[in-house]
Amino acid sequence: MRYLRLFLLQLRMSLALGMQYRVNFVIDGALSLLWTVVGVVPLYVAFHARGAIQGWTYEGALVVMGWFTLLKGILDGAVNPSLTAVVEHIRQGTLDFILLKPADAQFLVSTAKYEPWKLIDLAVAIGILVWAFQRLHRVPGALDVALSLLLLASAIVVLYSLWILVIAAAFWVVRLDNLSYLFNSIFDFARWPSSVFRGATRIVFTFVIPLAIMTTYPAEALLGTLDARTAVLSLCGSAAFALAARAVWTKAIGHYTSASS
Amino acid sequence: MKLGATLRAFPTLVRVGFAESVAYRAEMLVWMLTMTMPLVSLALWSAIAAAQPIGRYGPREFVGYFLATLVVRQVTGSWVVWQLNQEIRTGVLSRRLLKPIHPLIAYSAENLGALPLRALLAAPIGIIAVLAGGVAPAPRDPSTMALWLASLVGAWLIHFLTMTLIGTLAFHIESSTSAFEIWQMAFMLLSGYLLPLELFPPWVRSLTDVLPFRYMVAFPVETILGFLDRPAVLAQLGIQWLFVVVMGACSLLAWRAGMRRFSAYGG
Repeated sequence: MRYLRLFLLQLRMSLALGMQYRVNFVIDGALSLLWTVVGVVPLYVAFHARGAIQGWTYEGALVVMGWFTLLKGILDGAVNPSLTAVVEHIRQGTLDFILLKPADAQFLVSTAKYEPWKLIDLAVAIGILVWAFQRLHRVPGALDVALSLLLLASAIVVLYSLWILVIAAAFWVVRLDNLSYLFNSIFDFARWPSSVFRGATRIVFTFVIPLAIMTTYPAEALLGTLDARTAVLSLCGSAAFALAARAVWTKAIGHYTSASS
Repeated sequence: MKLGATLRAFPTLVRVGFAESVAYRAEMLVWMLTMTMPLVSLALWSAIAAAQPIGRYGPREFVGYFLATLVVRQVTGSWVVWQLNQEIRTGVLSRRLLKPIHPLIAYSAENLGALPLRALLAAPIGIIAVLAGGVAPAPRDPSTMALWLASLVGAWLIHFLTMTLIGTLAFHIESSTSAFEIWQMAFMLLSGYLLPLELFPPWVRSLTDVLPFRYMVAFPVETILGFLDRPAVLAQLGIQWLFVVVMGACSLLAWRAGMRRFSAYGG
């Protein structure tokens, strides 16, 4: 309860901060829309040359792209800003002030900052999904939507846990302010259906960096082609990831040496 | 500006830039690893070509194409637009203006200094591509290599000069990085970075022939892969260097116009 109140308070502060920069709303919106177009062009050209790729149709791949845009918006709007701030705190030693507060440090640092304008990304993502289903001439079933939303939640958990793992590295290697770029560039692999990857990369992107859990499975759920076993396994996988990330965080914070002392 | 002094100072400045890149090598490495986009594209396109090649591109050609793209991108990279944006807004630029050397020259030396490390990372990729059985043809004649190097220099210069040109926008507007993002989008689509330009319909290709983007990635890549015959290489090299000259003139003019507006705060 206390944590919920804290969360809402931090959210309100970010909103107030974001509202000061209203021009950003227009610029961010336009840029996000254009980036989506840039992302769709290769797909369009690819599927123009071929009807279906590894069992995926153009519309199916668009649904994956929609999920990718959605998660990217969540990543840039809710996960990245806070965690970039942590790296800065670790570097400058100001993490002390957060550790002293009477609340869980991981909670405090992960909810510290949001960028409300990234909501536009979510709108663009939903636009892509609607467009894809319109081309398919059908409406996703209520159960499929529910399952994909559940998988979305687990995708966010995985995304967040991965970030925590990356941040934990900052406790050992201090100067890493470009970590978020590295993370984003790995996340870029999630824009295609995971079955385009073969051999070793496929194993890496399913188990080590579970990009399949993040975009492919939710998309399959929405399309109604996901089997129950994969759904259950991916939920379990994301829970395991969260636990591992928490364990690593607790260990990493023990390594924190303040800059000033 | 004293040309002789600049020429004498330049190698030293490049050495300083190199020392800096070695000092922050972990950071450097992370930056280099962020260039994964060609591999992302490679996954998609080789899956598509697995069943049946598209035009001249089978899975093997795609591997060669995107590895070459990765190498070209790695050694033509520059970050001056963010540097300029930052230094103009915080006023740190005033310190550079006190030095008896043109700031653009100083920036270029700093950016060039990072190239040896980047090349070091790119070299294994290239060697693997050649050794991995015909993914990329080993360049046999030295003249192709020489032309390729010339095309890389040209690509780097176009990159650097457009970045400074867009960076000088920070003299006039609050953030030039949004403008750069738009440039980057066009670059990704039209330079052959995301997908080979040959896969586009003919009207897009005739458009890319007259835009600078093609000469920043696709041209060096196609040169080293041997997709272009000698006259085509020479002709495109000419166009590329024409763009270098035009971009150079533009960014110098923009720099002068910006200087007139610049007043440092703090410093």
